[in-house]
Order: sequence, then structure tokens, then C-alpha cells
Amino acid sequence: MTQHHWRPLATRAALEARARLLTELRTFFAERGVLEVETPILSAAANPDPAIEPLHLDADLTGTGNRRWYLQTSPEFPMKRLLAAGSGPIYQVCKVFRADERGRRHHPEFTMLEWYRPGFSLEDLMDEVAVLVRRLVGRPELPVERLRYRELFRRRLGLDPWTATTAELQAAAQARGIADADLLALDTNGWLDLLLTHCLEPDLGRDGLTFVHDYPPSQAALARIEPGNPPAARRFELYWQGMELANGFDELLDADEQRRRFQRDLDERRELGRVSTPMDERLLAALEAGVPATSGVALGLDRLLMGMLGADHLDAVLALPVEWA
Amino acid sequence: MASYKTNEFKGGLKIMLDGDPFTIVENEFVKPGKGQAFNRVKVRNLKTGRVVERTFKSGDSVEAADVHETDLQYLYNDGEMWHFMDTETYEQLGADAAAVGDAAKWLKEQDMCKVTLYNGAPLSVEPPNFVILTITETDPGVRGDTATGGTKPATLETGAVVNVPLFLEQGEMIRVDTRSGEYLSRAKED
Repeated sequence: MTQHHWRPLATRAALEARARLLTELRTFFAERGVLEVETPILSAAANPDPAIEPLHLDADLTGTGNRRWYLQTSPEFPMKRLLAAGSGPIYQVCKVFRADERGRRHHPEFTMLEWYRPGFSLEDLMDEVAVLVRRLVGRPELPVERLRYRELFRRRLGLDPWTATTAELQAAAQARGIADADLLALDTNGWLDLLLTHCLEPDLGRDGLTFVHDYPPSQAALARIEPGNPPAARRFELYWQGMELANGFDELLDADEQRRRFQRDLDERRELGRVSTPMDERLLAALEAGVPATSGVALGLDRLLMGMLGADHLDAVLALPVEWA
Repeated sequence: MASYKTNEFKGGLKIMLDGDPFTIVENEFVKPGKGQAFNRVKVRNLKTGRVVERTFKSGDSVEAADVHETDLQYLYNDGEMWHFMDTETYEQLGADAAAVGDAAKWLKEQDMCKVTLYNGAPLSVEPPNFVILTITETDPGVRGDTATGGTKPATLETGAVVNVPLFLEQGEMIRVDTRSGEYLSRAKED
């Protein structure tokens, strides 16, 4: 007889910690006048980012025939449409979905807290993230550190990520003893990601909250690029206990530039043999109409719970992981 | 040829790397939020037993290894090969010294063993966890000494040497744990 695993894996304490977290963060945003919103999980368009693979379903939901609906990989695009319509500061807690992501710190559906602060600089938003996270984890004394992406690589690996060649990056990976570094075929960003995940991440946020910020323009994603010498993408990642918790942008507002980046992503998808996704014309129209200058951030609540509970696997904070779903 | 994508990686999966069969010991998926994902994998070479780390770009595929485990009965050794039989099909298979390895010193005719097959041929042999073997050579027993806890080496019928209590005699049968190589108790043939 097949044994049916029906029991939840998470402890009662983990369920309570999650419930407390949600209450706390809602109080935090209510105090600050940030409006809670909900946007659709299903969308006719998707983020074309080649590093993110959306899930989809085919159904007739509007009485106009079958079509493809994408499960959100982040609520970013519909939230920006609310901002363009004058919503003011908004936040959302929602499930997001990503194909092909399963591991100790990855689960195909996870809970994201995403918020937008019109008028905030990236620095203002990093400050707010630190205040919120310290409060949620109940450690107001937790040290906060900021580190430029360029400084991180220079200090720890002796490399300038803006100018290093793939050969230099590969040599650094080999020198650091990364298995198969001699065999892997990667582009510049691939090597930077390999070095970041294998050599640098484990130490980030070891003693507190570490914000890594100002990324190479080729890793801008949806961040504005600050012209300068060298130019930098106004983006940050928050690390705690060697774990990436949040990703923030000084949001790109230029509709033409956004369209170019989408097109580049779609071209890359084609080269990689990935399925194509429809361009989000409604987001582009909203950008055209004008989204106010804003910074925005997405924070993974499941990983935050891992850090709070000292868990080394996401399954410890999920009531029913996908294998039990 | 069957293959596996990195998202199918998990402990115990058998894959081909550089022409050798490996089993995955540990698989870790690492990915920056906005970038390239990797699988950091610890794999054991099924021929040599060596564990090495490998790095894969997530989404890559690797060839599946035609490796599976089966229970076979040990029949006899012809001086070169150890012969096993599938007790259902009566099919016989020969394993060489490289495949049998350390298991050789525990193999007693008719015992059931776990044999790992690679492309249909024995790759490794695991003896039963517990075996009953006859002592063929040891110093004379010290009568009545069941309490001092002293031991002496004893050679068993398969050639294995284990430490046994002083009171045991040549010709007696004992039960041994093959995983630790330790004497457990006196035994009767069943």
C-alpha cells in the first residue's frame, strides 16, 4: 500500500513565527502609511529575464478562447502600473513562482514581500529595509554594513568586475579551487556569478546585515544605470548569514530603455533555446505614461524565517514543501 | 542514450562522467537572484570509490549510467573470477577481483550478496552484513575464560582474520559483522 505523507513538516513554532512575521510587517507598513495591495498571480505577459523561468498554464479564463497565462515570478510589473496610476507607496505579500528552482534555499513557489517607495533614493530604501529586518528578527542591535559590488570583488578577490576579462575571472575561479573551473564555458556575468556564489556569498552578512550595491551595468535587471566613471546599476542585494534575502532597485523609468532591455532578454532567450515570453506592453504603456521616481525592493520571507529560526533548509519553514504538496 | 538534466539531480542518481559511472552523493543548487544557476555536486566514482566535487551550469544534461543493484547468490571462485547467480533466472555472472575487492574475504558459497551491475557486468560486490563462518586456524582455546575479555586472532574459512575471545576453538562457527569486521557471537549452522 502506498503511504500517503499528509503531515506538515514545519513545527508549530515555525508556523507561529511566520504568522508573527506577517502581523509585524503589516503593522510596520501601516505605521508608515504604505498601502497593502494585491495584484493578479496570473498574467498574460511575463518577465523575459533569461535567468528566471516562469511557469504557465493554458486556459480560457475570459471567454475568448484558450490562451497562455504566466504565473508571476514577481509582482513588479503590475505594481509599477499602480504606481503610474498614482497609488503612492505600496507593498504586497504574495506567492511567486519559478520553474527549475529547487534546493536548500530554493523552492518553486515562495513568499515575497515587495514594496515601492516613490521619492526614496536607493540609500533611503536600504535604510528602511534594515529597520524592518532588524525589527522582524527582533534584533535592533544587528550591525548594518554597505559594500559596493566593485569593492567586494576588489578586496576579496583582487579583481575589478568592470574590467576583468573572462580569462582572468576563470583563473581566479581555478585559483580558488572551484571544481571544474577549467572546463566551464561562461560569459563575464556567469563567471562573476560563479565567484559570487562559491567564494563570496558564504561570508556576506556573517555578523549582521550586508548590503551589496551598485552592480555592473550588465547586471542592471530593472535598475536605473547611473552614468559615471564607471557607470553603475543602482541596485542592491541584502545578505544575512551568507544568504541573499532581498533585491532592490532604483527603478528604471524610461519606457524606451525598458523595451530595449526586454528585447535583449528575448534575444538571449532565443539564443539559449528557451521559450519566448510575450512583451509586457501594459507595463511599457504605464512607463510611457509616467511612473514617479521610486525605489523598490523584494524580500524573500521564507529565507528570512530560515535565518530567524537557524534552519539550514527551506523545508523547515514551509508547511508543505512541493514534494508534499 | 538516456540522460538527466541538472534539475533531476539527487542523491543516489547514477551518471556517466569522463567515461566512468558515478553516483551522486550530494547535490546543492546555488543561484544568485538575478543570474546564472549552478549545481555543486559531490559524486562518487563507482569504480574507484573516490568522491570528487563537480560544478555544472544548471540546465546542462549528463548521460545516465546503466547501473543498478541486484541480489545475487555467490556460487564459487575458480581462482580468477567469483561466480554469482540470479536465483530467479539462474543466469550466472562472473565478477573479477576489482569488482569483488575487500568483499572477497567474506564470501561464502550460497550467501546472498548485493551486486552492483554496470552495463550488465558486476562493478562492485557487497557481502551480507552478517555472515556465519568456521574458524580454520587459531591458538588453542583457554577453557573457562569467558570473562577476562582477552582476544586472539582467528583465521576463518574464507581467509578473513578476526579477533575472537580466548575460549574459542578451531572448527567452531562464529557470526561476524562484515561492515566492521567484528566478531559478534558463536553460531550454529542453520
